[in-house]
Amino acid sequence: MNTTQAFADSLLRPEAPCPAGLKTWNGSDPAKRFAVYRNNVVVSLVDALADSFPVVQALVGEDFFRAMAAEFARGNPPRSPVLAWYGDGFADFVEYFPPAAGLPYLADVARLEWLRVEAWHAADAEPLPLAEMAARLADEAALPALRLALHPSLRLLRSAHPVVSLWAAHQAEDVSAALGAVDFADAEAALVVRDGLDVDILRIEAGAAEFVDKLLRGAALGEAAQASGPFDLPATLGLLLRSGAIIEATPAGRVS
Amino acid sequence: MTSANMNRPIRGGAAAPAALPARGGVGLKPEHFRHILDTRPAIGFFEVHAENYMVAGGPFHRYLERIRADYPLSIHGVGLSIGGEDPLDEDHLDRLAALLARYQPESFSEHLAWSSHGGAFFNDLLPAPWHASTLARVCAHIDRVQERLGRHMLLENPATYVEFEASTMAESDFIAEVVKRTGCGLLLDVNNAYVSCINHHRDVRAYLRALPLAAVGEIHLAGHAREVDAAGAPLLIDSHGAPVAEAVWALYDFALSLVGPQPTLIERDNDIPEFPVLAAEARQAEVVMARHASFEIAA
Repeated sequence: MNTTQAFADSLLRPEAPCPAGLKTWNGSDPAKRFAVYRNNVVVSLVDALADSFPVVQALVGEDFFRAMAAEFARGNPPRSPVLAWYGDGFADFVEYFPPAAGLPYLADVARLEWLRVEAWHAADAEPLPLAEMAARLADEAALPALRLALHPSLRLLRSAHPVVSLWAAHQAEDVSAALGAVDFADAEAALVVRDGLDVDILRIEAGAAEFVDKLLRGAALGEAAQASGPFDLPATLGLLLRSGAIIEATPAGRVS
Repeated sequence: MTSANMNRPIRGGAAAPAALPARGGVGLKPEHFRHILDTRPAIGFFEVHAENYMVAGGPFHRYLERIRADYPLSIHGVGLSIGGEDPLDEDHLDRLAALLARYQPESFSEHLAWSSHGGAFFNDLLPAPWHASTLARVCAHIDRVQERLGRHMLLENPATYVEFEASTMAESDFIAEVVKRTGCGLLLDVNNAYVSCINHHRDVRAYLRALPLAAVGEIHLAGHAREVDAAGAPLLIDSHGAPVAEAVWALYDFALSLVGPQPTLIERDNDIPEFPVLAAEARQAEVVMARHASFEIAA
C-alpha cells in the first residue's frame, strides 16, 4: 500500500494505526502529529453539517449532534470539494441512527433543512411581475389551461410530523415557549422557496402540496387542481405570487 | 506579475488579467457581506474560496457580484488536490473555469497539497513526500490546470505537521523546481512557512531565501494555534482562527525585505471577528509594506 492510500485510510478511522513512513525531527511519535490531520478532517466536515442543519443540532443538543455527524462523516465522506452539497444523505442517516430513534420527526426536520440549503443556492430567476400575472389571471375561461413555471429554488416536503412548526419554533425569540406550543401529532407540508435573498419555509395544506407538485411536473392549473386533495386554490395561488415563486405563466397553445 | 516565469506562454491562453495591487486584502466571509456593501471599506482586494461559489445562484453570487464590481478579486481554490494521486477532477476544473470566466479575478491560486483520494474529499490540505514522482505529478497537474484555465496560477507553500521518510528533496527546492518547470507563480504563505519550520525545526529565514522568490505574486498572513508534539516540542497548527502572530509579522517584514511590497491577504476562517478587526490587520500589512516601498530587485 502506498503512502497516500495509507494516509487516506487512516484519516477516517480513529482506531486505525498511524500510517507508516512518517517521521519527526525530534524522533517523537508521529501519531500525535498525524492526529492533527485526522481531527481537522472530521471537525471540518462536522462543522459543515452543523452549518446546514442548525435546527437538528438544536433539537438534539450540540454533543449529540457532533457525535452523530462525525459518525456520518466517517462513513460518508464528501465525493466533491463543493461542500455546499455535503449533507445530501444526512437525513436518511439520521432516520436509521439508532440513538435518535426516540425522535421520529428528526429525519424530516433534517430533510427540511436540506431543502433549505438547496433553495439557498439554487439558480436565480425573476418572479413574474404582479401586473402581468393579474393580466393573465383576468381571462377566467383560459385559467384551467394556464401553465405556471415556478422558481428554481422551490421545494416541497410532506411529512407525518409537524416539521414546519418545529423549524419555525427555532426561529422564535423564546424557543422553548414556541416548542411547547407544537402539537407533535400534527402532519405538515412545507413549501420552501427563495424570495429575494431569503429562503421562506411556509406551511401549506397537504392538498396544496399535491397541487404545487403537479405544477412542478408541468400540469396545467385546472388539471393540477382537480387531481389534488382538498385545498384553498385562491389562497395557494396568492401565496405563490407573494413569495415570488411564479416566474412565468403560459396560456394554452403557446410554447413558453 | 513579478516573475520572468510568468512570461512563459500558456497554450490557449488569453491576455493576462490585471494583477492584484500591492496592498492589504481580506478573505471575504458571508458574515461581512452586508457590512462591506454598506461601508465600502478601503481594502486593497478581497479573496474568496472558489468552492464556496460553485453553486447555481442565490445570495453568495448576488453579494460577490456587487463586491467584485468595486474591488480587485483573488479566487483561491481549496479542492483541486494538486498534490494528489488521483487524476485531476475534470468536472471540478470545468466548474473552476466557469467561475473564473464569470468573475475574471486578478489572481487564481491553489495549494501544494492533496485533499482527495479514491474519490473521497477530505476537506483538509494533506501532505505529500517531496520526491521525483510527487514532483512529476504536481507539475503535470499544474500544467493541466493552467492549460484548462488559460492562465497562470499561484501555488501556495503548505503548513505541515509530519514529514515523510520517502522525501528526497527539501520543500523549498521542490517548490523551486515546480515553479521552474510549470511557470506558475508562488503564493507565499508566511504563516505556513513559520508553522512548518517550527514544526520541523528548520531555519525559516533560510527556507524563505531558498524559495523561488522572483515568482511571488501574493502573500498570505494568518493566525495559528500552539500545541505540543509527543515529546513536548512546539507543534503549531495552521488554524486561521486567531490574529496574525507577532513572530509572523516579523517574518513578513523579513520576507518583504526579499521581495518588496506584495498583495497581502489576511486569512481568517474560524472564530471570525467583526470586519474592522480584519481591516486593521490589512492596514498593518500596508504599514509594513510602506517600510519596503523603496525596495528594488537585487541585480
